[in-house]
Amino acid sequence: MLEATDLHVSYGDLQALWGMSLRVDDGEIVALIGPNGAGKTTLLRTITGLLRPTSGTVRFDGRALHQERPHHIVDLGIALVPEGRRLFAGMSVLENLMLGAFTARARPRRQETLRGVYEIFPVLAERLGQPAGTLSGGQQQMLAIGRALMARPKILLLDEPSLGLAPVVALRIFEVIRRINADQRVTVLLVEQNVKAALELAHRAYLAQGGRIVGGGTGAELLGDERVKSAYLDFLSVS
Amino acid sequence: MSAQFIAQNLIFGVLTGSLYGLGAAGLSLVFGVLRVLNVAHGELIMLGGYASFWLFASYGLDPFASLLLTTPLMFVIGLGLHQGLFTHVETLDEDMRIKNSLLIGFGLTLALHNLAIRLWTADERAVTTAYSGAVIAAGGLVFPVVRVAALVIAFGAIALVHLMLRATYVGQAIRATAEDWEAAMLMGIDVRRTYLIAFALGSALAGVAGTLVSVGYSINPSIGLEWTLKALIVVVLAGLGSMPGTFLGGLLLGLAESVSALLLGGTYREVVALVIFVLVLMFRPQGLFGR
Repeated sequence: MLEATDLHVSYGDLQALWGMSLRVDDGEIVALIGPNGAGKTTLLRTITGLLRPTSGTVRFDGRALHQERPHHIVDLGIALVPEGRRLFAGMSVLENLMLGAFTARARPRRQETLRGVYEIFPVLAERLGQPAGTLSGGQQQMLAIGRALMARPKILLLDEPSLGLAPVVALRIFEVIRRINADQRVTVLLVEQNVKAALELAHRAYLAQGGRIVGGGTGAELLGDERVKSAYLDFLSVS
Repeated sequence: MSAQFIAQNLIFGVLTGSLYGLGAAGLSLVFGVLRVLNVAHGELIMLGGYASFWLFASYGLDPFASLLLTTPLMFVIGLGLHQGLFTHVETLDEDMRIKNSLLIGFGLTLALHNLAIRLWTADERAVTTAYSGAVIAAGGLVFPVVRVAALVIAFGAIALVHLMLRATYVGQAIRATAEDWEAAMLMGIDVRRTYLIAFALGSALAGVAGTLVSVGYSINPSIGLEWTLKALIVVVLAGLGSMPGTFLGGLLLGLAESVSALLLGGTYREVVALVIFVLVLMFRPQGLFGR
């Protein structure tokens, strides 16, 4: 469904991706884990068109994405929940959700989509008029995910959705991701520093390091991988 | 100093202030959305004024009716200026964007200023209609008809833009882009097109202001700088992000100028405006109504 091949991406003189390749198939939850600076966020930004690769390709349902502009890419069915949520803080919860359905693809069915989002996140329905910036951290993350779902994506990209959240709130977010994938048949590519939770959730996972993919397999396989164990799991006492 | 005299001065302050608010609205919109500081905004006001002046002088078109022509005309000129000039800074970082837009703006200021002298001479012009001298008298106070009409139109234009920003897709796109252009892109908003529309809208607002200046006051090729300055002061005073706030900021500046003229004499009007500018920057840099 989504395939990145041999991506090289630079910020000015600083090269962040050195030939990164990965594949996400229809219906999967794929996790991308790795240390800071591994190029995880860069990959998501390249897929969504915010960055242009110097070489390599991104294909989505066979269509080349790497020369498209971001607003076209969303319209094809790829939505990103960016790192740090990036809500429109001064705008209301409802306005944020409606902006999520800005594309031609999503706009006609936005009321129906909205009801679906309220079912997943009832708390948002209670706070429609409130400025997004005044929500709690967990609610903001729910709004960010809800906003991305408003685009009716075929694939949802999530960048560190549990970052800065209390463990119990993070658990709920992971449960929601599982539900979105299982009930709504939305494919998921998840970048997460909560390695254990991500690997338990994902069908497959990739390990990134230094701008390349250095390992991969099912979530269970990577949980047992010595490199992953030594690099992360010993230090993280996560749920 | 009689109470009546004071009240009359305050009325003039509010009437003038409404044009400060309108003049600032376009600048504020463009700066808030594009992070482009268009110091040629006053020259766009000047152009709008001349458009109405010549439509009146050559064709006898009523200046208020000519708004229906000058506003779209200035919108189109705004489209052209953005596509020709300001679009080149939009890929830069915010910091560099502001600096480079200043350079472009200064260049544009000189070009438009000199073009106007060349085409229309440096003479002071004003649209003088049959009703230009008419006043409404009430309770010993006078309200010049054209200036009251200018206030009403300025308020109407601001209210219209405010509603547009709240209730339309284009408006939502503009507000989202102003808050976080990258997140706006991820929503499917064509940010470059949004920049273009916002700039053109700012120019159209300058056009409306120019027309109202030409009828209630007077125009010449050099008025641009003064209007840019007033608009800047109002933007700093009011803060970014609210059209009604900008309008209110304009009224406040008009009132402050009146009060200072009363207390200190007319020579200190401009000084007081600049003192307000500095005080707001020192004590409330986000502006009175800004986020």
